[in-house]
Amino acid sequence: MAMAETKKSAGSATVAAGLREAFYAAVIAFFMFVLLVGVKTDQNIHNELVLVPRPYLLATVVLIAAAVRFLQVVYLTPFLVAQKTVDAGTGQLPTAFALRFFSKPNLVIGLVMAAGLLLFGNSLQAAVGPYWGAYVGLLRAAAIIYVIAWVIFYFRSFISAHSYSLGFTILLVYPVVMVSLFGFQGSLKWVDNFGIQILIYVMLAWGLNIVVGLAGLLDLGYVAFYAVGAYSYALLGTQFGWSFWILLPVAGIMAAMWGVILGFPVLRLRGDYLAIVTLAFGEIIRLVLINWREVTNGAAGISGIPKVSFFGVISFNVSDPNYISKVFGIAQSGAYYKIFLYYLILALCVLTGYVTIRLRRLPVGRAWEALREDEIACRSLGINTTTTKLTAFAIGAMFGGFAGSFFAARQGFVSPESFIFLESAIILAIVVLGGMGSLGGIAVAAAVMVGGTEILREMQFLKQIFGPDFTPELYRMLLFGAAMVIVMVWKPRGFVGSREPTAFLKERKAVAGSFTKEGHG
Amino acid sequence: MSATTTTAMPILRVEHLSMKFGGLVAIGDLSFDVRRGEITALIGPNGAGKTTVFNCITGFYKPTEGMIRFTGRAGNEFLLERMPDFQITARAKVARTFQNIRLFSGMTVLENLLVAQHNKLMKASGYTILGLFGVGGYPQAAAEATEKARHWLEKADLIDRADDPAGDLPYGAQRRLEIARAMCTDPELLCLDEPAAGLNPKESLALNALLNDIKDNTGTSILLIEHDMSVVMEISDHIVVLEYGRKISDGTPEEVRTDPSVIAAYLGVDDEEVEEVLIEVGDEDVIEQLDTGPDAEHGPEASASMLAGPLSDTVVHGNGERVTVEKGAGKAQRVKAEKPAAAKPAAKAAGRAEAVATAGAARPGRKSAAAGAEPSRTPAKGAPAKGGAAAGKEQGISNRMPAPRGGKADDLQLIKGIGPVNEKKLNAHGIYHFDQIAAWKKADIAAAEAYLAFDGRIAREDWIGQAKALARKAASGPANRRGGRK
Amino acid sequence: MSTAPLLDVRNVETFYGNIQALNGVNVSVSEGEIVALIGANGAGKSTLMMTIFGTPRASSGTISFAGTNITQLPTHEIARLRIAQSPEGRRIFPRMTVLENLQMGASLDKLKYFDEDVEKVFTLFPRLKERLTQRGGTLSGGEQQMLSIGRALMARPKLLLLDEPSLGLAPLIVKQIFDAIRELNRTEGLTVFLVEQNAFAALKLAHRGYVLVNGRVTMSGSGKELLADPEVRAAYLEGGRH
Repeated sequence: MAMAETKKSAGSATVAAGLREAFYAAVIAFFMFVLLVGVKTDQNIHNELVLVPRPYLLATVVLIAAAVRFLQVVYLTPFLVAQKTVDAGTGQLPTAFALRFFSKPNLVIGLVMAAGLLLFGNSLQAAVGPYWGAYVGLLRAAAIIYVIAWVIFYFRSFISAHSYSLGFTILLVYPVVMVSLFGFQGSLKWVDNFGIQILIYVMLAWGLNIVVGLAGLLDLGYVAFYAVGAYSYALLGTQFGWSFWILLPVAGIMAAMWGVILGFPVLRLRGDYLAIVTLAFGEIIRLVLINWREVTNGAAGISGIPKVSFFGVISFNVSDPNYISKVFGIAQSGAYYKIFLYYLILALCVLTGYVTIRLRRLPVGRAWEALREDEIACRSLGINTTTTKLTAFAIGAMFGGFAGSFFAARQGFVSPESFIFLESAIILAIVVLGGMGSLGGIAVAAAVMVGGTEILREMQFLKQIFGPDFTPELYRMLLFGAAMVIVMVWKPRGFVGSREPTAFLKERKAVAGSFTKEGHG
Repeated sequence: MSATTTTAMPILRVEHLSMKFGGLVAIGDLSFDVRRGEITALIGPNGAGKTTVFNCITGFYKPTEGMIRFTGRAGNEFLLERMPDFQITARAKVARTFQNIRLFSGMTVLENLLVAQHNKLMKASGYTILGLFGVGGYPQAAAEATEKARHWLEKADLIDRADDPAGDLPYGAQRRLEIARAMCTDPELLCLDEPAAGLNPKESLALNALLNDIKDNTGTSILLIEHDMSVVMEISDHIVVLEYGRKISDGTPEEVRTDPSVIAAYLGVDDEEVEEVLIEVGDEDVIEQLDTGPDAEHGPEASASMLAGPLSDTVVHGNGERVTVEKGAGKAQRVKAEKPAAAKPAAKAAGRAEAVATAGAARPGRKSAAAGAEPSRTPAKGAPAKGGAAAGKEQGISNRMPAPRGGKADDLQLIKGIGPVNEKKLNAHGIYHFDQIAAWKKADIAAAEAYLAFDGRIAREDWIGQAKALARKAASGPANRRGGRK
Repeated sequence: MSTAPLLDVRNVETFYGNIQALNGVNVSVSEGEIVALIGANGAGKSTLMMTIFGTPRASSGTISFAGTNITQLPTHEIARLRIAQSPEGRRIFPRMTVLENLQMGASLDKLKYFDEDVEKVFTLFPRLKERLTQRGGTLSGGEQQMLSIGRALMARPKLLLLDEPSLGLAPLIVKQIFDAIRELNRTEGLTVFLVEQNAFAALKLAHRGYVLVNGRVTMSGSGKELLADPEVRAAYLEGGRH
């Protein structure tokens, strides 16, 4: 009796708290959205700018905020707390929630839905009309994603144990699969926009990872080295007609040299100060590219950059005698070059990853990580922190230079516009999201972030939901930001927060992220 | 001191070292030697500049003045104050640990030890280039480095935790790991900053064993800062005591342990040892030394340098007040008051080495028994003469008294600025009561300051005002005060 | 005075990730008591101190202070109930001066008793007075420890949590601190809960003590009883000291 009473009073107290919280949420939502949602600028019949109030929309948003907060406080939080206690009792705390979500009955439902919609989706869409058809497409996508997630969840230990070989295999067969699914012409988009684009960012992020993730030096101007690499190839390639295979190392060396040049003055700086100076360096390089017209052709950029050939044996220029379709006697297609570029950037990524892994196991790599953990202790052990920092800058910059020359070769055109600060920010965001120092996590983050923005272009059905004016690409930065916030709240250390030790006596145990430091800049 | 140690060049010779931070003098004209193959301890009160000395030796600070000469095993000489910090470890082979442990907490225990062998491995990997392509002797060097790490992990009893992150180790293990890591640099001199801080007695014992093992089996000389006397007294061959950036004592553990200035300034005494020390300290020579030694009460002011005291190394000065809390000293006074008839030397001894009384006062009953018993044990030589001398000295202060009223002096230490040393001096000059101080005039103040050897402090700290207040209070309820504080 | 303890820790469990640091700890501290917690390094002593303060949170069990359940309270609200802590690692404000650090300690009362209390702290640690305008980060380790304890005292706490007050301090200062704790307890009835490696000194000072082993309380009793206990002696007292 008494128990029931206390329970009841506790319940009403929760409801009261929920109402209070809901009210606060409503007030905050009102002030947040009163200008964003509550009014809209429009043109009236005289072509004047007017404000159109949208009270109902605003009220809806505010009510949704209040309702969500109420439900969270009254039901979700107590439920999660109770669940935690139960889970702690059964000893499956970390996975219990996921286990219930990925249960076998759910899989059956998901499988049936995915299969059914794959088979009959198109006819269903035709039957219900374009409006509801969009939802059918969404449902189908959700069902397929669920099934894939289910498989990943249940094979997660296998996947994490073989992540590198699995990932590499998938990347290796990716163009083949795309070509067999969509044909040469249809695969262009998937290989170029998704494959190559993502891999360029993977390589850039892995290069930056050496500086930021391993050595703990916050570099906001990484794109400068990307630009140095791209312009090295563009200028030397167009002026002297040198081949890509000579200019690739040249671009890397040029970028590394600039890395050292940047490194020297900023050696004494740490943290915020280092970040500001590197940011300025990135801007200086871009402004030089714009203003040094005699050499760089200014904002107009450099075009007509020669294509890469397969070591001079096979060319991808239709006019050349050794053009690929002439050599193999196959039909002409632009896809060959894209597929070749895909494997080229894949090889460059593998090189970057391999070198990074090797370096981590060499004394210099360990010194980088030690530098991130504690610079003073490093010096007390006789490590020259100056040269250690410079090597980190130089090697990170070198990979940026490689990526840059590849970028120039792929585009056939470079201009300063490609090397704005936003690029640096995106690369850094990928490193942070992936988990500083972790190659696998960074690759996943690059796929999610770059692939995600590309996928937005594909989501044309959103037009049917939000109206024909809706252009999903315009929202990509918003979603980018939202995704970052969510991931950082959910996993403050990035996708892969733990750290793989570089040496072991008995067994290799991952180091939990809570022990590693981010470095002081 | 044996002949071999005097003839052999010390591994480290610190000469006239000074370190100033702005107006603050952290170390002043410090000289000492660290002898090869020995464990040298650097002790002293908090803020005495011990860690600053370490930072100068290991290059983290550049000393303002002075020379730090390091002589290697092969006779090679380095002037450490001229070298960048990382070269001191890499070339001169001086390794150190830190007071607030500085491990690479996100790296495993083994990795920590491998980082310590960076320079050797770097060479073996052909400065990364050969190692990257897997040519050269790097794999073998890496295996040797792991072997050495394993050796030190076993010594430090960490072998089972080798693959765990260093940040995950308990505190004591982290301390041991830091020592093992420093040893992996193959040092000739190992500098340890409070290696036993935060260790329990058992772990301290294990630490002693580890350090002795290092000394005996590697020939590494050790310089350590430590507050745990069970470590310091047990394993050191030689102790240097610092206070306010200067050396106040230097010698074997036995010499330092019994040095009254060290006891007063730093050690304090365990209850169990009270009688013993009273006898030792009650020795007439010591008393004489204490009395003639310059009074350090005038020492440091907040803004001034820490060097206001004497500069010589050999001068003994019991800088009592700085390290003594008023309360404890008050107890010392009480002990004195309880035995007004006690012979002067004993009272002096109790007052001077007020640390003795501080400790003893924890058990007042027992303490007074000990104090009461002590005159009979202490050689009573010179007691009356001493008293006479004190009485004869007083001139300048007008209102001096031959003896306290009613045989009981006021607790002058209640006046802020008067410590046990000053109180004793004032008593020696016939000042026993608050009202006496309250009645001082300018000339008296000048005279008193001359005796106490400091200028302006009486006015600055308003002794007169304080004394007036206290005198009023004492007049209103003298009985409560004594009873209440007991 | 009520019979209920001032601080009551019941069946508290705390996790660091998946590692269980505290495993059903029961500890109570009555008003006006000095209670010592001893145990080996890594036993969970500091974790218990921090759990009382709400970081990390106890995953189960309750912690109540003066009848209020503080298990789920945010740390700053726990501090407002006048629990002050001198935490592991000192945690002084390194870029603020000694005076500012002490002012931060007294911020609960908006510095109302500052002058009075700061004098007390200076009596206890004259060294701090000399260093008044120096930045906290430039103090030596032992001085930082003094500052940390002083700052905790400035809050006029009902309950003072001390995590290894003797760490890095000269023997004489250690004695003074322990004397001062005893004195504050006797004259002002300050309740103290302290963690110490120097088990001998701590148990001598404390009215009662607890022994923590691997996140569990294995023994409790009066300070004297624990001092006399052969197991405690073997585990924590024998060795160099005393």
